[in-house]
Amino acid sequence: MKMNIKGLVFNTFKESARNKMFYLLVFFGIAFALSSKLISFLTLGDAMKVLKDTGLAAINFFCVLIAIFTGINLVYKEIEKKTIFNILSKPVTRDQFIIGKFLGLALTMLAALLAMSVIFFLLILLLGGGFDFKILLYFFMLYLELLVIVAISLLFSSFSTPILSFIFTVSLYLIGHVMWTFNEFKSLLHSGLWLKFTQAIYYILPNLDKFNIKNEVVLNLPLHPWTIIFTILYALVYILAVLALTILIFRKREFQ
Amino acid sequence: MKTLEITNLKKTFRSNFLIKKYPVLKGIDLSVEQGEIYGFLGPNGAGKTTTIKCILGLLFPDAGEILINSLPGNSIAARSQIGFLPENPYFYDYLNANELLYFTASLFGIPKAVAKERISMLIQQVGLAGREGLKLRKYSKGMLQRLGLAQALIQDPVCLILDEPFSGLDPIGRKEFRDLILGFKAQGKTIFFSSHILQDMEMMVDKVGIIINGRISRQGLLSEMVSSSTRCHEIICARISEKQLAQIPVHFVSRDNQFIITLDNEADINQVVESIIHNNGQVIAVNPVKKTLEDIFLNELREVQ
Repeated sequence: MKMNIKGLVFNTFKESARNKMFYLLVFFGIAFALSSKLISFLTLGDAMKVLKDTGLAAINFFCVLIAIFTGINLVYKEIEKKTIFNILSKPVTRDQFIIGKFLGLALTMLAALLAMSVIFFLLILLLGGGFDFKILLYFFMLYLELLVIVAISLLFSSFSTPILSFIFTVSLYLIGHVMWTFNEFKSLLHSGLWLKFTQAIYYILPNLDKFNIKNEVVLNLPLHPWTIIFTILYALVYILAVLALTILIFRKREFQ
Repeated sequence: MKTLEITNLKKTFRSNFLIKKYPVLKGIDLSVEQGEIYGFLGPNGAGKTTTIKCILGLLFPDAGEILINSLPGNSIAARSQIGFLPENPYFYDYLNANELLYFTASLFGIPKAVAKERISMLIQQVGLAGREGLKLRKYSKGMLQRLGLAQALIQDPVCLILDEPFSGLDPIGRKEFRDLILGFKAQGKTIFFSSHILQDMEMMVDKVGIIINGRISRQGLLSEMVSSSTRCHEIICARISEKQLAQIPVHFVSRDNQFIITLDNEADINQVVESIIHNNGQVIAVNPVKKTLEDIFLNELREVQ
């Protein structure tokens, strides 16, 4: 059984890695990270801080774009191009198919993030900055966020078209970064059904702001280990829940 | 022993926001014996591909039972015994033939060393040697069909399921494909294939199932179906003029100084032969003309409609 998934994982990785869009986005990510050096020249204040701030933002933006674009297309393309017939007619369960796709995407994101982060680290070292462990931690947290996004885009891709999946995933991504507004909204509601409803929505939607530790990295603010551990656990639980839902939907799908 | 057995298979599609129902399969019963070539014949839209998709677990039947070597059709164990070639096979066009076959082998959990040997053998067998490194987006229809057959055979399956394997192939491709399939039968494999190309089917199959409007209207051994039915009789004669023949009177065509008379009624043979001899003609042969698969198929179609 293990072998079945291994084949799917590496094929998914191969598919994404042979996509021109993937290279284009990785290239732009690197180009923007490098151009942050220029921005640091043009601004006042701590040049290294500006470099880190804009560089990390560029890498974040392009990695999220790659996660969404590859995620929303993969399963849809398999169905649309009918390549799925050749997989599901083999001794591969639908659960294995979804897990294989997710792990393949996770590997793709790791490759993209590695390419961008290595170049970014080199840039910092070249410009006289030292190795900052917190930046490594930032990339790790970003990777967790990317895995959540990939799981969400895979969920939508399993039952809707790429355009709808794009709209749904981007909406959730944007909402996921303003989840603090829910807390403020909740404080306005004292009790009753609305409060429970808002609370339920709060727990269902992805709280992606948890993964953003850019301020702590750039401004060198303290970061509690428990915050990191809790965020890792949150990512694991959220990804497993989304994958379980995707599998449930996919088990019922028919391929005409 | 039965390799494939389908009992009372039913499938309905829904559309218009799940309101309107379209029954596609209305209770299919069929069985394929081990080592047999089974031709699943039917017009477009009769339910051939839907049946195959139900066998493979791509569609879920509303009712009925599918057994593959006595195993439930939707089980992983059953699917590991099947090799499937879809109609107009679609593969990842960013891979080459070797990569696709390694990927397929991995889905069966075949170790890489075993796969390597098997793949080079299959590439040779289906006639793709020398082109295995080419990206699939550059493959022709015939080459994709060959590759489709190779991937269907990767785990040396007990049963091959081929959906319209001849569609889109040129006459040479069809002949080569037929020979390949007959070769697999010689190896003891069971082959179930759907088609609406009657000539190919007539040349290969042991058993035929005719599906019309979601029902099997006729099923049986091709040899029995064909031998049990005589369409007409032909009398070949010579040394007689068209004018004399027209007086008998019979329906005839002339070919190479000979005439071929077609008689629908067996009882007329003696009388026509006597008339020819009476006119100093020569009777060369009297042949019964067996019904072809096309006659049987068209007859079934007429009866159902």
